[in-house]
Amino acid sequence: MQIKPYARSLAIAASLAVMAGCSSTGGTQDGNMNGTANGNGSGVGTGTAGTGQTSGSGLGEGAGQMAGSRIPEVRTIYFAFDSETIRPEFQSVLESHARFLSDNSNASVVLQGHTDERGTREYNLALGERRANAVKRFMSIQGVSPSQVEVVSYGEERPAARGGNEEAYAQNRRVVFAY
Amino acid sequence: MRALMTTWLAAVLWLCTPLAQADLTIDITRGNEQATPIAVVPFADGQDLPQDVAQIVADDLKRSGYFDPLERQAMFAKPSSGDEVSYGDWQSLDTRYLVVGRVSRSAGNVEIRYELMNVSGESRMLGEVITAGQDQLRGAAHRISDKIFEEITGIRGAFSTRIAYVTSQGLGDDTAYQLFVADADGRNSHQVLSSDQPIMSPSWSPDGSKLAYVSFESGRPGIYVQQVDSGRRVRLTSFEGLNSAPSWSPDGRRLAMALSRDGQPEIYVMDIASQNLQRITNSSSIETEPSWTPDGDGLIYTSDRSGGPQIYRQSLGGSPERITFTGNYNARARFAPDGESIFLIHRGANGYRVARQDLESGRLVELGDARQAESPSVAPNGTMVIFATQQGGNGVLGAVSADGRVSFRLPAAQGDVREPAWSPFLN
Repeated sequence: MQIKPYARSLAIAASLAVMAGCSSTGGTQDGNMNGTANGNGSGVGTGTAGTGQTSGSGLGEGAGQMAGSRIPEVRTIYFAFDSETIRPEFQSVLESHARFLSDNSNASVVLQGHTDERGTREYNLALGERRANAVKRFMSIQGVSPSQVEVVSYGEERPAARGGNEEAYAQNRRVVFAY
Repeated sequence: MRALMTTWLAAVLWLCTPLAQADLTIDITRGNEQATPIAVVPFADGQDLPQDVAQIVADDLKRSGYFDPLERQAMFAKPSSGDEVSYGDWQSLDTRYLVVGRVSRSAGNVEIRYELMNVSGESRMLGEVITAGQDQLRGAAHRISDKIFEEITGIRGAFSTRIAYVTSQGLGDDTAYQLFVADADGRNSHQVLSSDQPIMSPSWSPDGSKLAYVSFESGRPGIYVQQVDSGRRVRLTSFEGLNSAPSWSPDGRRLAMALSRDGQPEIYVMDIASQNLQRITNSSSIETEPSWTPDGDGLIYTSDRSGGPQIYRQSLGGSPERITFTGNYNARARFAPDGESIFLIHRGANGYRVARQDLESGRLVELGDARQAESPSVAPNGTMVIFATQQGGNGVLGAVSADGRVSFRLPAAQGDVREPAWSPFLN
């Protein structure tokens, strides 16, 4: 059976919608969910007023079978200290995401930029954005539409590993592809 | 149905609220050997009050670094009014000042009558009666500390102020973030916001009634303004890219902030009433961490246009001037209230430390020995700087006197504590 293009994008939309309703079961990647567990206690509340609203955004992740192709499994790349240079060993990872996004024009990704804990928080937020923007530029050169890519920097606010040592720092200097 | 909904919401809020209180304790890590000896005698008839007012006063004075309160077991007399003081007793203990007092109850309130005596001059400096509810005794004690501190040093006391700070518990996706407000001594804390997404950069309005902060609750950062007492709040910005580092202007009408909506992170000033934005910087580098000059005419901010982060000063219509030159990392500066120096994070041979730079001489000195220091915030009277540091693998708050002589830590019972913001004077 041949899937017509519009039917194929419907299928992608449907599978993305299904995944959005699921919480993460992947767990092999660092912090690659944004607003996880939607409707499952996720939220924000002010202490005195007692008002609250649920939050949570982003489509679910998980190595779901897409019509035509899959979201690449490796969704985190790492950086050297004080650097936004994309290391040669991660170029193929970026290329696989670029291919996926080019093949699935309805798919979109949030590039989450992260830093290690050293230095001031707000400057680190800017450095995390610089990292994620470097990835976005690389993807754009590969032909990915900028409208499919959003950059959100978390700076040092959501570490993947704890500890004041180089091993933890290295795990925290990263950009995560959050689909 | 509506009531049910409210109950349900309350339950959800309660569930995702790991700690509605997170008081901080105080460990003094370095005292001042030149601190002035003072004795705060336990107030007569105060034994069965919920708070030991004289002890709170003594702790406040000790924490300031200006005073060295006498231990109670070293006191061989317990006068409760100036008339009962035999000065010779206290002169033999080398005590310079003496605080005595008495409490009494009337109509559910507590009346605190206290006096400050000059021991060497054998004279009364201050005498006052304060009335407070049983649940306001800590506040009353801090007001007494403010009076005593100002009477002796000539510097306005900042014991009746508050601090805001952010806590986090957990790792990665399962992190709970909370914003707290507590008294300046870390007690009497209450939560003003909780979220499963990061909360950052609390900044007080100059009247102490509101906090601006960054919350990621919508999936991307936004700048919010919240009334501390009512909890009512509005979102001011949610542009593409960074929405960060809000800083309230001294007149309370504007917020400086760092936004990357035009590409690179740049400094903007928003008029809060109209929400009009004025762009202040224009470069291809990072500009962030703005803070107002005390006169409100300009800003200092962090920029890495020279390669690494350094502090720049700029009047609102003017051009930037670099003001830090010691070392290759100077960031997140805050003015001393007199405008003569700045406090900042400096990276030197000892890592990231709190430092003070005198603006006229340009001389920079590190303060205290806290590791991985971040987020310095200056007391409204300029005597102390509170900041975030690490202790035993956890984020804790620390404080150091502006001259570096006195240091203390404010560890929390659990989780990480960070980004302290010292309130303005509240009275």
